[in-house]
Amino acid sequence: MKWIREKGGAIFLLLFILCCWELIVRLKEVPGWLLPAPTVIFSEAIKAIPTFSTDILSTTQLAILGLTIGSLVGFIIAVSLHMMPKVQKLVYPLLILSQNIPIIVLAPLLIIWFGFGLLPKLIIIGLVCFFPIVVAALDGFKNTAPELKYYMEMAGASKSQLFWKLELPHSLPSLFSGLKISATYSVMGAVISEWLGAKKGIGVYMTLSQSSFRTDRVFVAIFTIMLLSVIVFGLLRLVERIVIKGKLER
Amino acid sequence: MLLKMNHIEKSFGTTQVLHDISIHVEDGEFVALLGPSGSGKSTIFNLIGGMATPDEGTISLNDKIIHGQKGLIGYMPQQPSLFPWRTVIENVVLMQELSGKPNYEEASEWLEKVGLRDFEKSYPIELSGGMKQRVAFIRALLSKQNLLCLDEPFSALDEFTRIEMQKWLLSVWEENRKSILFVTHSIEEAIFLADRIYILTKRPATIKEEIKVPFARPREESLLNTNEFFQLKQKLFNLLKDEIEVGE
Repeated sequence: MKWIREKGGAIFLLLFILCCWELIVRLKEVPGWLLPAPTVIFSEAIKAIPTFSTDILSTTQLAILGLTIGSLVGFIIAVSLHMMPKVQKLVYPLLILSQNIPIIVLAPLLIIWFGFGLLPKLIIIGLVCFFPIVVAALDGFKNTAPELKYYMEMAGASKSQLFWKLELPHSLPSLFSGLKISATYSVMGAVISEWLGAKKGIGVYMTLSQSSFRTDRVFVAIFTIMLLSVIVFGLLRLVERIVIKGKLER
Repeated sequence: MLLKMNHIEKSFGTTQVLHDISIHVEDGEFVALLGPSGSGKSTIFNLIGGMATPDEGTISLNDKIIHGQKGLIGYMPQQPSLFPWRTVIENVVLMQELSGKPNYEEASEWLEKVGLRDFEKSYPIELSGGMKQRVAFIRALLSKQNLLCLDEPFSALDEFTRIEMQKWLLSVWEENRKSILFVTHSIEEAIFLADRIYILTKRPATIKEEIKVPFARPREESLLNTNEFFQLKQKLFNLLKDEIEVGE
């Protein structure tokens, strides 16, 4: 009930936009290859489920694998940089610079270097995913409450105890917000990586639909991507609630 | 003699913070450091706790020099500094965790003794200010160190809670009798709790006077209303008056 009260407005707005869309397409008789009506997209989605589901599965697997690798790498980088402040000063600006390279322009390079297999795809997703984790984790470590840190030092905690017992648990909320961003990016990264050449996947389905002017299917793909991102996001929120104990006092 | 600070000098850059500080705490003694705000009381704790080293002079615990060595004292900070993601009992055993295996049974017994049994599994956010300080004190107590350093632990509490907490601290201490070094800027608190009081001057801090508190233990709240208490309070007040800078 509470959920409906909180999210009801947004859902209503979404429905309203869809209705407007439907109305405009019907009244103006917009051709289907240009802009299909929501109802057409919906019925196409239902028709496509049996064949499309293997594509969805493939993309989901790719995204989850890439996300896992990307966030692990990101986490390890963050911890290493945190443990070595001097290196962090050196490397951090480069990390930020690296984010100014649009992933899509790296694609040709990755294909030249690694071919069309799984590896270049995972590299792309990993590249998209690791950065939010690094930033969020470093932020979380750095913002550890000074009085708790002081207490731990007075208590004679070693550097690793300080990290495992204080800095890591303290950074979890921050880490999770980074992870949620990465998770959303991972689906996008997976689709982009599939454009580089794959046998199946939402990205493949999209390119095929586009070249045959099946705009309705392109929209099916788009909505599926949105849905997937939301599901991954929601799952992570669930994990977050289980993992983060006791509310933080601010 | 448990703790001994001998002619300590400490400066930060060009500012001298401590000058010729010599204090000692005997086994089972309750000693208060009383001084105006910003008189370098926390610096003394930093030195004892190994967070800083003295420029001159020595600090020894059980006749061993302890400069720069951390984790040798039980410490209770001004803020309760409980870890919000740990339950009360998990917080209490934290110090033990750092040096070995935590003893949950003992922790549980202590929590029961101080009336926090029902809160064992609660998170700190569910506790009141006084309860948090009790947890923080038990945590320091269970660190198994013979000297407890308490840094203005009740200064953030309201008046009524503070008196309750002082009485509570005394009752726990009567049972346990660990040595306590207690930093405070409240004259009443120092007299009510301590066996001996060191009065610090303003920066650079020196020991202005050492005062023995003549009242017998166990002490009751009624002590606060006796004439002797009032006279001692007045005496300390006059000593401290010169140390308070106007406009501070």
